Amino acid sequence: MQLNKERYNRQLLLAGFGEEAQLKLLQSRVLVVGAGGLGVPVLQYLSGMGVGKIGIIDHDVVAESNLHRQVLYTTNDIGEPKANKAAERLNALNPEVEYIVFNELLTTGNALSVIGLFDVVVDCTDNFPTRYLINDACVILNKPFVYGAIHQYEGQVSVFNHNGSATYRCLFPTAPEVGVVQDCNTNGVLGILPGIIGCYQANETIKLLTGIGELLANKMLIIDTLFNQQRTIRFQPKSDLPQITRLDSDDYKSLCGSARLRNMSVSELASRIKNNEAIQLVDVREDDELAICQIADSIHIPLGEIVAKANKIDGSQPVIMICHHGIRSRIAGEELLKKGFTNIFNLTGGIHAWALEIDKTMQVY
Amino acid sequence: MSHTILLFGITKDIIGGSVHETGNAFTTVGELRRHLYNIYPQLEKLNSLMIAVNNNYANDDDRLQSSDEIALIPPVSGG
Repeated sequence: MQLNKERYNRQLLLAGFGEEAQLKLLQSRVLVVGAGGLGVPVLQYLSGMGVGKIGIIDHDVVAESNLHRQVLYTTNDIGEPKANKAAERLNALNPEVEYIVFNELLTTGNALSVIGLFDVVVDCTDNFPTRYLINDACVILNKPFVYGAIHQYEGQVSVFNHNGSATYRCLFPTAPEVGVVQDCNTNGVLGILPGIIGCYQANETIKLLTGIGELLANKMLIIDTLFNQQRTIRFQPKSDLPQITRLDSDDYKSLCGSARLRNMSVSELASRIKNNEAIQLVDVREDDELAICQIADSIHIPLGEIVAKANKIDGSQPVIMICHHGIRSRIAGEELLKKGFTNIFNLTGGIHAWALEIDKTMQVY
Repeated sequence: MSHTILLFGITKDIIGGSVHETGNAFTTVGELRRHLYNIYPQLEKLNSLMIAVNNNYANDDDRLQSSDEIALIPPVSGG
C-alpha cells in the first residue's frame, strides 16, 4: 500500500507513531454508529488521520437544532440525510478514505452483518437500546467498541470488549426504566461537550488500531467539563453475566421498559411446549426433589447456585423458572433479573401444579 | 460517622447537588446502596448504578471505611 507522505507528514514525523502506525490506520476498517454530536468529531478526525475504510450509519436528517454541536453540517444541509452529507464533506477532507454509507438505523436485523464488515465500532449513539444492541452484537462478533456518552456537562469514555476486557453490561447489566435518564433532546447540552468526548473516542480508536499507549479498557474516563475534573474508574470483566448468543428480537425496545418477573400458568407452559416454542426451563429445586419428578428438557440449577451459574442460561429465549410450589423459583427469577436477564417467567404453582393439572402420571410430593 | 458521596450524571439531579453526605456510616457497599434506594427511589429505577470506591468498581459485599472516596456513576445515554 502506498502512503501519501505529504498528507500524513506530521504523523510520520511523530516519534512513537511513524510509517508503521500510519500503515495500520490505512489498513483499518472502523464503523461509526451515529453521525450526530459524538459522531461528527470522531468521523472528522478518523478521516483526516487516514483510517482506510470508514462506515457511517445514521438514519436521521440534519435539523437546525443539531448545528450548534454537529459542526460538520451547514445550514443548507437542514433536512438532508446525515450519513450522506457527512460522507460528502469527509470525502472532500480526505478522498483517500473509502466511505461506506448506511442510511438506516442499526437494528437487530442488520447489526451483525454491518458490524461484521469492520474491525472496530465507535458508539456515538444517543439512546440506550442502540447502546445495548452495539454491546451485544460486538460481544457476539468478538469486536471491540469505543464508547462515549454525555450528560449535561459531563461525559464518559471507555473501550469495551477488547481482547476479553469488560463489556458495557459488566458495568450496567440492564438499561434504566424509560424516562429516568433523559437524552440531550430533553436535557440540553453545550455544543462543545460532544466535541470533547468524541475527540477522546477518536483518540482511543486510533490507539486501539495502532497499538500505541494505554487504552481505556477495563477503565472509564469521566470528565466534568464545568469544573475541569477528570477521574478514571477501574473495573474488571464479570464472569457471572448471562451469555449473549443472540440479539434481542425486539430491537432492544422492551429492554428500556422495566424488566419484571412475569407469571406463567402451567397450561400456558404446556401449550408452549406443545407448539415447540423456543423456551428454556430452569428447575431450581434440590437433587433429591429432582429425583422424584421433573419436566422434560429442563436444566437444573439449585436456588443457592443460581447467581454463580447464571451463565448456563440462554437469556435470548423466554426463561421459565420452576420449583416445587413457585416460591423458590420466584426468588431465583428476581436474582436473574438483577443479573441482566429480561425475559423471565415464574411457573405459577410450580411442578406441583404441573402434576395436578397437566401431567397426572407425575409423582407428587 | 458519615460518608461523602460524589455524584455523577443523573444522580446529581435525583439527589440534588454534586456531593451527598450520608449522615451515618455503612459497613458495606450493599448497605449503602439499599439506604440510598430507600431515600431516593428514582435511583433504583436506573436498574444499573455503579458505585465506585477509591476509583474502583465496588461489589455490594465490599466493605466500606469512613475514609473511602465513594462515587455514584449511573448509565448515560446522550450523544
